[in-house]
Parts: sequence; C-alpha cells; structure tokens
Amino acid sequence: MSAWNKHQIFEKNSFVLLVGILVAVAIGGLVEIAPLFYLKSTIEKTEGMRPYTPLELAGRDIYVREGCYLCHSQMVRPMRDEIERYGHFSLAAESMYDRPFQWGSKRTGPDLARVGGKYSDDWHVEHLVNPRSLVPASIMPGYPFLAENRLETRDIKAHLEVNSIYGVPYTEAQIESAASDVLGQAMPDSDAAYEFEERWPTALIRDFDGNPKEVTEMDALVAYLQVLGTMVDFSIYDDAANAR
Amino acid sequence: MNQRGSPGDVRMVVPSLAPCMESNNWGAEMAHKKTGLVSLEEGGFAIFLVLLAFACIIVAGKTFDQVMAFHAGIGALFAAVSVFLIFKNFFDDGGQPIPAEIDGKPNYNLGPIKFGAIAAMFWGLAGFTVGLVIALQLAWPALNFDLPWTNFGRLRPLHTSAVIFAFGGNVLLATSMYVVQRTCRVRMPGKILPWFVMLGYNAFIVIAGTGYLLGATQGKEYAEPEWYADLWLTIVWVFYLFLFLGTLWKRKEPHIYVANWFYLAFIVTIAMLHVTNNLTIPVSIYSTKSYIVWSGVQDAMVQWWYGHNAVGFFLTAGFLAIMYYFIPKQADRPVYSYRLSIVHFWALIFIYIWAGPHHLHYTALPQWASTLGATFSIILWMPSWGGMINGLMTLSGAWDKLRTDPVLRMMVVSVAFYGMSTFEGPLMSLRSVNSLSHYTDWTIGHVHSGALGWVGYISFGAIYCLVPWLWNKKGLYSLKLVNWHFWLSTLGIVLYITAMWVSGIMQGLMWRAYDSLGFLEYSFVETVEAMHPFYIIRALGGALFVVGALIMAYNLWMTVRHGEAEEADTTPAGSLAPAE
Repeated sequence: MSAWNKHQIFEKNSFVLLVGILVAVAIGGLVEIAPLFYLKSTIEKTEGMRPYTPLELAGRDIYVREGCYLCHSQMVRPMRDEIERYGHFSLAAESMYDRPFQWGSKRTGPDLARVGGKYSDDWHVEHLVNPRSLVPASIMPGYPFLAENRLETRDIKAHLEVNSIYGVPYTEAQIESAASDVLGQAMPDSDAAYEFEERWPTALIRDFDGNPKEVTEMDALVAYLQVLGTMVDFSIYDDAANAR
Repeated sequence: MNQRGSPGDVRMVVPSLAPCMESNNWGAEMAHKKTGLVSLEEGGFAIFLVLLAFACIIVAGKTFDQVMAFHAGIGALFAAVSVFLIFKNFFDDGGQPIPAEIDGKPNYNLGPIKFGAIAAMFWGLAGFTVGLVIALQLAWPALNFDLPWTNFGRLRPLHTSAVIFAFGGNVLLATSMYVVQRTCRVRMPGKILPWFVMLGYNAFIVIAGTGYLLGATQGKEYAEPEWYADLWLTIVWVFYLFLFLGTLWKRKEPHIYVANWFYLAFIVTIAMLHVTNNLTIPVSIYSTKSYIVWSGVQDAMVQWWYGHNAVGFFLTAGFLAIMYYFIPKQADRPVYSYRLSIVHFWALIFIYIWAGPHHLHYTALPQWASTLGATFSIILWMPSWGGMINGLMTLSGAWDKLRTDPVLRMMVVSVAFYGMSTFEGPLMSLRSVNSLSHYTDWTIGHVHSGALGWVGYISFGAIYCLVPWLWNKKGLYSLKLVNWHFWLSTLGIVLYITAMWVSGIMQGLMWRAYDSLGFLEYSFVETVEAMHPFYIIRALGGALFVVGALIMAYNLWMTVRHGEAEEADTTPAGSLAPAE
C-alpha cells in the first residue's frame, strides 16, 4: 500500500485534520517571533531613549488616526542614498516605545523617521494646513482641521497608564500630572511649563502651533513630529558594537 | 429572514412532513402555529444579544468619545433587531425544527448564502469605488477636500478592508457555507447560528468601516479595526469555526473534500493570526482607543506575520478552496491530481506562515529573521505553482469550454494571475530586488495583480456560478455581459499593474540616482511629480474594473429577477466527481 493512503486519516477525521493544520501553521510563527523577545541583540544599546511625553503621545495617536503611516515610512534603511537623504539608519531601539510600530510599507511621501528638528514648527503648521503652499508638487492632503480641534485630554492619564502596564518607564509623577503636562509642554510661559520641565528635562517646550489660546491637535502632532528620530544620541552610539 | 431557502419552497413542503414528526400533535389544526419551547440555540442567542444590547446602551450613555457612542448605538440597535427577528421567526414557524432532509435529500440552508452573495457584490462595488477615489486623489490631491472623513489616510483602510474583508470575506463565508454543505451532503447545523455568523460578520464590517472614517483605527495595516470590533469579530469567528466543523461532523460522505481542508485552514489560521496581532488593552471600555501589547520591532514582526498571512490564508487558502470546488464543477471535470492536492495543501500552509518578514528587509528587524522570511518565500513558489497546475490541468479534456463559457474563462484566468503573482512575490522577497521595490508602487501593483486578478476573478467566477444555483435559475441572464465584464476588467488590470511597475521601478531608481558630482540627483518631490501620468493610467485601469463590476451586478440582478427558473430538481449540483 502506498503512503498516500495514510493521508486518509486526515480526510476522514475532522479533528485530526484540525490538529494537523494547527501544528503546520504554528511552527513558522513561533520560530520567527519568539526569539525576538529574548535575543539580547534584537534591540541595540543606546543612550537617550525616553517615553513620549503626554503631548507627543497624543500627537502620535493623531498621526495614527489620520493614517499618516500609509504614505510615510518611519524606517531609514542602511543604504547610501537613504542615509544621505534622511540621516542615520533607524534602530530597533528607536521604536521600542511605539505602540503600534509605524515603520510603514509605502513612501508616497518621504520617510519621517528623522524629520524631528529638520523644519521649523511654523513650516509644519503651514505644510499640514496646506501642503501645496510650500511644496507645489506635493500630493499630500491638507489637514486644516487639526489647527481648529482642541486636543482631547480628559483621558490622557489613562493612555499613559496602559503604556505603563506594558513596562514603558513612566514615573508615577509623570502619569499623575499627564493632563497638566499637556498644557505645560505647549504653553511655555505657564506655571505648568516649569513643572513639566522638572518631570521631562529633555523634552521641547514650545507653542508648537503658534496659537497661544489653546492646545490643539496641531500642537500635539507637531510636537510628535519634532521629536521623531531625535532621541538617540548618535555622537556616542557605537555602530560596530551593535552590528548584527 | 427566510431560514429555509430552497430547493423548492420548503413552506409548501412542510405539511407533508407531519407524519414523520414524532411527539407532536399536528392534526386538523396543523396549519395553525403550535408554539413549542424556545430551543437552547434560540434562547442562548437571544439572551446573549439582550445582554449585548444593554452593555452597548450603558457604554453609549457613559462615554464622551463620540465615535464610541455612535458604535455602541449601532451595536445596541443591531442586537435589539436581531432579538426581535429571533422571536418573530420563532412565532412565525411555531418553534418547529427545520427538517434536515426532505424526501431523502439534504435540505440545504441557502438563506444566509444568498445574503452573503448579495453582500459580497455590494461591498465589492463599494470597495472598488473607494479604491478608484483614492487613486484619483493621488493624481489630483484636491480631491481630498481637506476634510477629516475624506482624506486619503482614512479612505485607504476603508478601501483595503472593504475589498479584502467585506468583499472577499463575504465571498468566503458564502462559498464555504455552500461548498461544505454540498460536499458533505448535509444541511449545516443550527437555525440561528448560520445567520449569526453571516450577519455578525457584516455588522463587524459596518463598525470597522465607519470607524475608519471617524478616525478609530489601530494603525496596523489590514488590522485597523479597534479593540471592540476585533473582539466582536473573534466571537463571530469562533461561531463560524463551530458552524463549519459542525457541518463536517454531520457529513454523509466518508471523506472530507479537498476544498474543505483549505476552508478549515483558512478559518483556523485567521483566528490565530487575528487574536495574536490584536492583543490590546483599551484605554477604557468607554474609549475607542487601545494600545497594542507588542511594541517596535516585535510589533513589526507580529504585524507582518499577520499581514502576509492575511494574504496567505484569507486571500489564498480560502480562495484556493473556491478554486478546488468551482472550477471542477464548472468544467465538469474531476480535480487533476489528488496527490498534488495533498502536497499542495500541506506545503502551502506550512511554508506560507514563514514568509512575513520579507516585508521587513533592511529594516531594524534582525537580519536572521528577514532572511528566513525570504528563504521560505522562495520555497513557497513551488507549492503555489503546484496549486496553479492542479487548477489549470483540471481543464484537461475540457479546454474548449474556455471559448464558450466566459465564467470558466474568468476562473482560469484568475488561476493564471495567481501563478503570475506567486512568481512575482518570491522575486520581490529577494533582498536585492526588495531594496529597489520596497516602499514603491511596485508593491501596490503586485498586490493588485493578486487581488484584482486572482481574488477578484475567482470570486466573480464563483458568484456567477452561485447566483443561478441559489435562486434556482437555469443560467445567467446574459453570457455576453459576462464577456464584457471579463474584457473590460482584464484591460483594467493590465493598465493598473503595468502603470505600477513603471512608476514603482522608476521611483525606486530615482531615489538612488546620483549625479556626476556624487550628489543625490532628485529631491523626493521630483520623484512624486514623475509619477503623475502613471497615477492617471492606474485610475483609468481602476475605473474599467469598476465598470466591469457594475455590469456584473446588473447581470446578476437580471438573473435573479428575470432568469428562467430551473426545474425543481437540482441534484447534479451535489454530485461532484470524487478525486481519484
């Protein structure tokens, strides 16, 4: 009898077929995913990574909400032209607090992994409101409504708490003061700004959208864009030690 | 909600069944409804849905998140209407069980399948049209209208989800319910269960789609629905698995037909992928927003393990099941090789699951992982083509039918597109090719040769077959219109993928071009400008595809409304020739 007849056991018993399928489809994922959680070389050793401030996190959520990742990658590949165009290639460490990751899969617009600090806040605001006023051939949609929407901060503390459950190193003070820190980071002359600076010594404090009256979604998004790719200190980063 | 469906109108047949129904007193008053007890199934679903409706009302009342309030409102409404329908149906039919067989023949449950076929056509048209809109937005950005609900970033997930999960999903639900009943020669179990699966799935689509427009998204490609939609889909999917397994358990055929292996692999694996890739903690149960348990590089790996296998198991395994049933049926030939189907099945499902990391070449994912992904992607070429050969060679001895049967032609061309894109895929998974193709339109073209050519055409073929079978018609209203559909959309696909090849490869080369002084030759926006003509050609191709689908919808409508009725007996549809 040929071995082909043995296959009948799968064809005549739906439970055996089910188990067979489960075994066949489980292996690949286990082998590829599980080691990423324990191999130490997966995430490079870097200096400077910190969690997002409440304002930056809110900005990141807006970036996700508007589907920016569908046209902009955040992943500079280690190729000459990309490094010259965008800067140092991206490290795994740089997205360690990114939930979800936003590496993207398509560059209808340029990569944004290192866009932080490249343009002024004013440029970003103008560009987000009307991209073609600054880049005539751009095909990006305009987002004028961001400048008009007041930022929702009622549950910002809960956003930090969920991240903290996952081990993102927010301090208790940072979580407790999340709502006031949103105001502090976007209103440089306020009392909240001084307190914010104590809790977040390396974060930018600016009126990102140029509108001092309120904290808008534009403030949050620009704050996020301006921190992208700026956290790791590449002056002391050891490329060779982290090569893998 | 006609539970019984055909063949024939069961309502006419019910009285003749009275003698064989034990322990009930159908008598002179049998025409009147005798209300028995609510079955466990009806009662269970009713209680579950009542609880769900209350939960939704509480959430809607307490949240300040307007999107959540809207979705909870929809949830409460759907749940309440469903409870009403369960009881209305119960009182209409007097709580009598539906006979599993009539005159010794299986009383197939076709109602939910009809719904699925109509829903597939509806979502297909919607999804293709949104695709056309976003293609036009890329050519003329003013079409974004600078509004939140109409910008590309929100419409693009609407397009991908509408075509993959709404159109493709309904095709898979409808065909799997049809095929598993026919090849097991048994009615699928449950009275409410099949409807719960079909309507519950479509409710998920409504929640997910409106969520994107209103800004509720997880921000993971092809897994955008937020936590509550994911949770709902998980519930529906578990019931779907039990519906499918339940039909297999009741089967009258000793062997499980090959199409059902593929359907089962699709259902089980999608469950595994969906749950793993969507493990989130919501900010609160009153908020649409959640944060995923995975972060950064691990999230990337999990996401593309999911993403590529949404292709592998949703868009491939499920549709291969369609190929293994509908092509042999329509060609009236047995499947070419039984042994090849065995090798094809196991090799495909084992290897596909590894291919994900080829989406992450040259990224911060460790190289060992992306190398593994590429290696298995190349190996995957073989089972893919094995399946293609098995599908195409099924026509041996019946090739002449391609001239006369445009439905069969559509399905055969679909398998040819499958062969093309499963060759292109391994090619693009090579590190050196990927360094050029990644992030460009080449990927978009590749996806669409698979999606429009393979998934689209095999689905169209299956729906063209199903509609006359389900509505008891002799045939389609017009084969000439099928021909028009075929040629218009084929032209559309060719325009689409060639435009994307050119614009993708061109942009990839422009990004890496250096001038004679060693500077980058092009700014980014110059590469965007260069793509403009190809974006117009692509939109034209998409428009032809939409027109083709409109012709199809008209043809199906006319078939259902005016097609010539088949005689009562439709047995041949069940008599699939067994594989050797």
